[in-house]
Amino acid sequence: MENIKKVILSAVKEAVIEDKKILTVTVEPDKLHLLAKTLRDNAELQFDYLVKLIGMDWGEKLGVIYLLSTSKDLSKEIVLKTGTADRENPLLYSVTDLYETAHYNEREVYALLGIRFINNPDMRRFFLNSDWVGFPLRKDYDANPELNPVSVESVEMVDTAPRIMETADGLVEETVNIFEDDDYIINIGPQHPSTHGVMHFRTALDGEIVKKIDVHSGYIHRGIEKLSENLTYPQILHFTDRLDYLSANINRHALCMCVEKAIEIEVPERAQYIRTIMDELNRIDSHLLAWSAMTNDLGATTAFIYGMREREIILDIFDKTCGGRLIINQNVIGGVMFDIYADFQKDVKSFIPYMRTKLIEYDRFFSHNVIALGRMVGIGNMTKEEAITYAVTGPAGRASGWSCDIRKHQPYSLYNKVEFKEVIRTEGDSYARYLNRLDEIEESLHIIEQLIDNIPAGEIITKPKAIIRIPEGEYFQRIEAAKGEFGVYIDSRGDKTPYRMKFRSPSMALVSVMPLICQGEKISDLIGIGGSMDYVIPDIDR
Amino acid sequence: MELKNINIKGIPTEEFNDNEYLENYIKELEANGVNVVLSKLDEMINWGRSNSIWPLIYATSCCGIEFMSTAAAHHDIARFGMEVTRNSPRQADLMIVAGTMVHKMAPLIKRVYDQMAEPKYVLAMGACAISGGPFVNSYHVINGVDQIIPVDVYVPGCPPRPESLFYGLMQLQRKIKVEQFLGNKQR
Repeated sequence: MENIKKVILSAVKEAVIEDKKILTVTVEPDKLHLLAKTLRDNAELQFDYLVKLIGMDWGEKLGVIYLLSTSKDLSKEIVLKTGTADRENPLLYSVTDLYETAHYNEREVYALLGIRFINNPDMRRFFLNSDWVGFPLRKDYDANPELNPVSVESVEMVDTAPRIMETADGLVEETVNIFEDDDYIINIGPQHPSTHGVMHFRTALDGEIVKKIDVHSGYIHRGIEKLSENLTYPQILHFTDRLDYLSANINRHALCMCVEKAIEIEVPERAQYIRTIMDELNRIDSHLLAWSAMTNDLGATTAFIYGMREREIILDIFDKTCGGRLIINQNVIGGVMFDIYADFQKDVKSFIPYMRTKLIEYDRFFSHNVIALGRMVGIGNMTKEEAITYAVTGPAGRASGWSCDIRKHQPYSLYNKVEFKEVIRTEGDSYARYLNRLDEIEESLHIIEQLIDNIPAGEIITKPKAIIRIPEGEYFQRIEAAKGEFGVYIDSRGDKTPYRMKFRSPSMALVSVMPLICQGEKISDLIGIGGSMDYVIPDIDR
Repeated sequence: MELKNINIKGIPTEEFNDNEYLENYIKELEANGVNVVLSKLDEMINWGRSNSIWPLIYATSCCGIEFMSTAAAHHDIARFGMEVTRNSPRQADLMIVAGTMVHKMAPLIKRVYDQMAEPKYVLAMGACAISGGPFVNSYHVINGVDQIIPVDVYVPGCPPRPESLFYGLMQLQRKIKVEQFLGNKQR
């Protein structure tokens, strides 16, 4: 700890260091880049993983919070803060050259808070149209619908991006072309069955080779973070389910844990068991859907039907437990809403061997199929360094050799009590990501096996107070969702509603790396690579 | 249809009865006799049309996944002749709007709808497509897809179960069956 402080102070003398739960450093905007670079390049500290980039409106100041971690040990964390008092034309410095994942996040901050970043190569708004009036996440945003009426007029796609660059003679505002003049550009999405939602890739092609991809997002931007600011915590829980609906239970678990830690209530042992088992079932469900959708993308419709068949059994278990299939409102603050039903253990225990035989079946009929191999092996390569700088976590990050499982690095719930293997491959191609998912299903089965017989008797919920008020402060919670690291950030001012709520979406990182790994691949493989990344768009757009 | 006594607070059991108002209305209209040839031909065409609806899935969020469950094993939408999901609007009869519609999407859904050939139908699946659902107060969400395109059937739920979707699709089939296809402009 002292060492970190020494490094920080030697780089930036004026830095304000606060000893909170996570070390928090506040600096002036012009020093932030230097500080981040020092922390990243220091051989001992190596803060090379940008977990969250949170745009903030503190009232008197607009700013950004960075949560950094190291790729070797995800439990090490540090928070950097910077801000500017200029509300008319707020400018901060970009860290895109240090952390590639900052690129889209900074564009998101620009769309929602109006902060522009100097040296970001492409400063268009990410979610909203460029003619959107106002910046929604600012506290003084005028939500009058007349300012932004619904228009059904098609808008022309503009392929130029404004940016602000720092040169020897000061700041220069310029406009750059995204594509070259004679590029052949096609639109993939937003309404396209294989983009797994409403993602929009503007793709420049050279014959059938992908030359460049420009990602447009926001076709399902629902403004969850803004809505959360007016709702109480139990009400916000329902939004977490609808972010990444395939890991609905896991996302909800994250917010529950964050609030539970903040108001300091202990979750009963029985609830912990139920939560962990449900999380793992949810993970299997998500991976099965990912597998099915990917095989469908590669043209194997039969495999799709097979995967969905197994998934139905899990959904039936969810259904019997709490009545929900896809979105199960099981986790609540303090525990779980419903106890397990009488035959729960029997059903889950009969599912485990069944799923194992099916995994062998999948392996036999698809994993070694010559056509499938041809479309996966050596396609969409991502190195470990790329995975880290783009913050690609989850099965995709682990397929590039990066050990990034939060369940191992920062165990929560019961994950320190169970024994399981973190599936890591080093090939970094579509096939490695594909195999990783199937192996993770096996690991999840193994975790459930260890827990299912030992569910202790007792309470399922510690009832919190009727009105939950979180003490003033900032709270971070990280969790391993099916697609990667999911995170919750709450800034509370002691009210029953949060001052600012931010969700870290694993899918955003997965999409941000697509332009890189698809470059030079065939257009038909773009779909296959997208399937292997397995992103969920509402999770990105929030 | 025989119904058991369903105990749901606030909804009387009678409400669950199949509503046959469309069929009754048509019977009333046809009481004075109809063209023998055309009406029989109509019936046959509508029987064929209602049992081979090709849907276009305009899926944006969670409801899209429930549609996938509906189409896959276990629920199997092929029983209704609707398994031929078309990705091109030109080949589709029915647009299933599954998910939240936002400002940025509005021009696109309108365009896809306009590209569909007549006769065309729209089914709004889930709370978001009906009214904006949980996101009704958001700055970027459209409060119901019916503000942009006409909707024939609403299927409530968040997300609706596959069974609810089937029920909605059966209502649409029923609507199609009472249409006059020949000799008059549709709808």
